[in-house]
Amino acid sequence: MRYIDEYRDPKIAQALVDRIHAQVTKPWVLMEICGGQTHTLMRYGIDELIGEKVELVHGPGCPVCVTPIEIVDKAVEIASRPGVIFVSYGDMLRVPGTRCDLFRVKAEGGDVRIAYSPMEAVKIAQNNPTRQVVFFGIGFETTAPANAMAVWRARELGLTNFSELVSHVLVPPAIRLLLNSPSNRVQGFIAPGHVCTIMGYWEYKALVDEFHVPIVVGGFEPVDLLEAISMLAAQLEEGRAEVENQYARTVSFEGNRAAQRIVEQVFEVADRKWRGIGAIPMSGLRLRPEFAAFDAEKIFDVEAMEAPEPAECISAQVLQGLKKPVDCPAFGTRCSPERPLGAPMVSTEGACAAYYQYRRHAASLVCVQ
Amino acid sequence: MCLAVPGKLVEEQSLGDNRLGIVQFGGIKRSVFLDFVPEAQVGDYVLVHVGFAISRLDDEEARRTYQLLEHIGMLEIEDPAFAGDPGTAESLAAIRTK
Repeated sequence: MRYIDEYRDPKIAQALVDRIHAQVTKPWVLMEICGGQTHTLMRYGIDELIGEKVELVHGPGCPVCVTPIEIVDKAVEIASRPGVIFVSYGDMLRVPGTRCDLFRVKAEGGDVRIAYSPMEAVKIAQNNPTRQVVFFGIGFETTAPANAMAVWRARELGLTNFSELVSHVLVPPAIRLLLNSPSNRVQGFIAPGHVCTIMGYWEYKALVDEFHVPIVVGGFEPVDLLEAISMLAAQLEEGRAEVENQYARTVSFEGNRAAQRIVEQVFEVADRKWRGIGAIPMSGLRLRPEFAAFDAEKIFDVEAMEAPEPAECISAQVLQGLKKPVDCPAFGTRCSPERPLGAPMVSTEGACAAYYQYRRHAASLVCVQ
Repeated sequence: MCLAVPGKLVEEQSLGDNRLGIVQFGGIKRSVFLDFVPEAQVGDYVLVHVGFAISRLDDEEARRTYQLLEHIGMLEIEDPAFAGDPGTAESLAAIRTK
């Protein structure tokens, strides 16, 4: 397929691997923010190809993974109410809440449905005027315009039975938190290419200037990521710290203005709690007061719910790049995609799920050799 | 979650105030909202996320950067110093089969 196959070209990938080996003279720690990028790196073995000097640690860019447990509890509570049709992106159904997950609610007779797009939930609301339809509006900046458009469209249609349970998070405040942490090891970032498709990359300039850390906006195919790593290595070896854009076929400096506009109209920036990390000031989005009639937390009166994190899961350290999934004593035994303790093992973008899928046999392979 | 897939815009439609299009991904066609890509025309490639096109892929930019990458590929494959590392060859075989 066009714009995919050419970025999986083994000859170019090989050349970039060789180039990285030739560039790197010192050890460097790089972080890819987005869970989609983590999966590409693991699937193609890029972390092993680029040699031991460049260490890749995996960032918090998995919306399913950072959605706090009380939001899952709120979803479970709302979905369990009689007459509700609860619509969600598929990944959220197996994320464990305090009591249970959304799949359990469905198994116990709740009307929980999976949708590919929030606009499907609007259509369900149109077709079921006597039922309350709630969409689980989670995600990063990439997904915010679509979730905002669903609310906008519902208002245009005059729907009174559609609402969203919103838990939106933003990437730059999370990078700032990581860089401010005394235990930070990350020396260069691959910024998430699809978040930047919406937002542009002007926001990252302030981080680069303040922390003198290079940031390269990267794509999602193996050649994209190898090129982004090479660009970061060049900056680090030369002592530069700039924002650069590897993913220029879709990312511009200013981003997608039409998409930003709908987000600004429907949402406002607010403090958000991140699962495993805690509260980060001004790190998320919530519905503006004029859209309160579409706010599921208000309609179903679940705003005050709180919940503690499960004790054994080390996802907090994994999401901050301090530990690898295989460092967790529960990895692959008490925690697996079928029976997850924490969200990074659930999501198709979670670092633990990526290691489980592509690396869980690594230890036994070493023994055989 | 942030998965977005490139496809070719093959047809335009409208639904109320929303602009819709049919986008072809390999052998599959899907209906996609075009509200965020007012500049996209039939024949363009767009990047699609949760039912919305979020950008029109810049063919000129793609071609320019890809030519640079191809250039790197040709230069370094010719260099005998980089030939025949079994470790990387093995992993790259995996890339070929995907």
